[in-house]
Amino acid sequence: MIDQRKAVPQSAEKSAPLVAVAPKLLAGVVFGLAFGFLLQKGGVGKFNVLIGQLLLQDFTVAKVMLTAIVVGMVGIFTLHHFAKVKLHIKPTRLGANIIGGLLFGAGFALMGYCPGTAAVALGQGSWDALFGMAGLVAGSWIFAELSGWTKRTIENWGDLGKVLLPDLLHIPRGVFVVIFAVLLTAGLLVLHQYFPR
Amino acid sequence: MRMLRKDSGLISALALLPLHAAVAAEPGVNALNYPGPTWSPYVVGAGIGVLSWLTFYFSNSPIGASSFYAQVSGFIGKLFAKRHTNSLTYFKDNPPSVNWELVFVVAIIIGGAIGALTGGEFTNEWLPPMWTARFGDSLTLRAVVAIAGGILMAFGARLAGGCTSGHGISGTLQLNLASWISVICFFVGGIAVAMLLFKL
Repeated sequence: MIDQRKAVPQSAEKSAPLVAVAPKLLAGVVFGLAFGFLLQKGGVGKFNVLIGQLLLQDFTVAKVMLTAIVVGMVGIFTLHHFAKVKLHIKPTRLGANIIGGLLFGAGFALMGYCPGTAAVALGQGSWDALFGMAGLVAGSWIFAELSGWTKRTIENWGDLGKVLLPDLLHIPRGVFVVIFAVLLTAGLLVLHQYFPR
Repeated sequence: MRMLRKDSGLISALALLPLHAAVAAEPGVNALNYPGPTWSPYVVGAGIGVLSWLTFYFSNSPIGASSFYAQVSGFIGKLFAKRHTNSLTYFKDNPPSVNWELVFVVAIIIGGAIGALTGGEFTNEWLPPMWTARFGDSLTLRAVVAIAGGILMAFGARLAGGCTSGHGISGTLQLNLASWISVICFFVGGIAVAMLLFKL
């Protein structure tokens, strides 16, 4: 399945007629349905659950994310070891990651939803997500307007390229995955013990 | 005249944001007084983890949401100012197209609706109860704050290179340094501003 895709150059894929990309889009629909359904059942489309996490009152978000990371990490690195999947690593740019991350967080607290959970909130009838989504479109446009400047400035501050945690610490990936899975699971057990929700 | 009065009302509402909070019924709202998840967070988290295997394997794509909004802004931009839109660095690097991530996020909305309807949780409300408890029932105030939040969040996501899905789940599970730094900053910024808004 992967080999097939490798044979298609990126540019050809982009300009391909809809018929050619339809199976890929259909897969996107199925996976999106599942993701939205799971997020809703996990309660993370709810304003009070998301803000509750930022207020350190409700740890649902941390529990969902850490569990997803442990399960996802073990599977993805196993599949990658057997050359079944490709990794998709974004470059580490300290300035952009830190400044962008802090701005994102501030916006998250104001809006009460994040980009994915806003979509869930809209689906479950929390209509105020529409305001946030309009803001997200506007903010994306503002970024695009300034993207020439950010590329020349902030995105060059502390540009380390593509870095994985195990490479940074000079530990073999497989060993790191096992150790990290144990540590994150221990963290989850602590959360479960001390925070009922 | 009417417009003017509306505007001044809005400005005073914003200026009085902390005061609104001060006069709200309970100082320091407790999130645990409102409905939580219907499924165990561990079941949901594990499900999302498995889903990430499937999106990597079948779609060669990590789960992500924020670039959807950039694409929509690009489509709207092309509608009104095609040449200008095409000249922007971000859209040169990421030309908007009907792709996997676009349909993925549209499907999230439907998936969320199915989840809510099957669990009897369809809310049909314009203001979250926890927001109302703190800031009152002005829809304008909620709209202004949510739009401002959305603008900051999208700008931050584009600068950082992802959101709570792209960095927070897909990047962190690939052990990407960029994602771990970004997600820690998401929560540092988020906790600081949320405490100011809801605890002060």
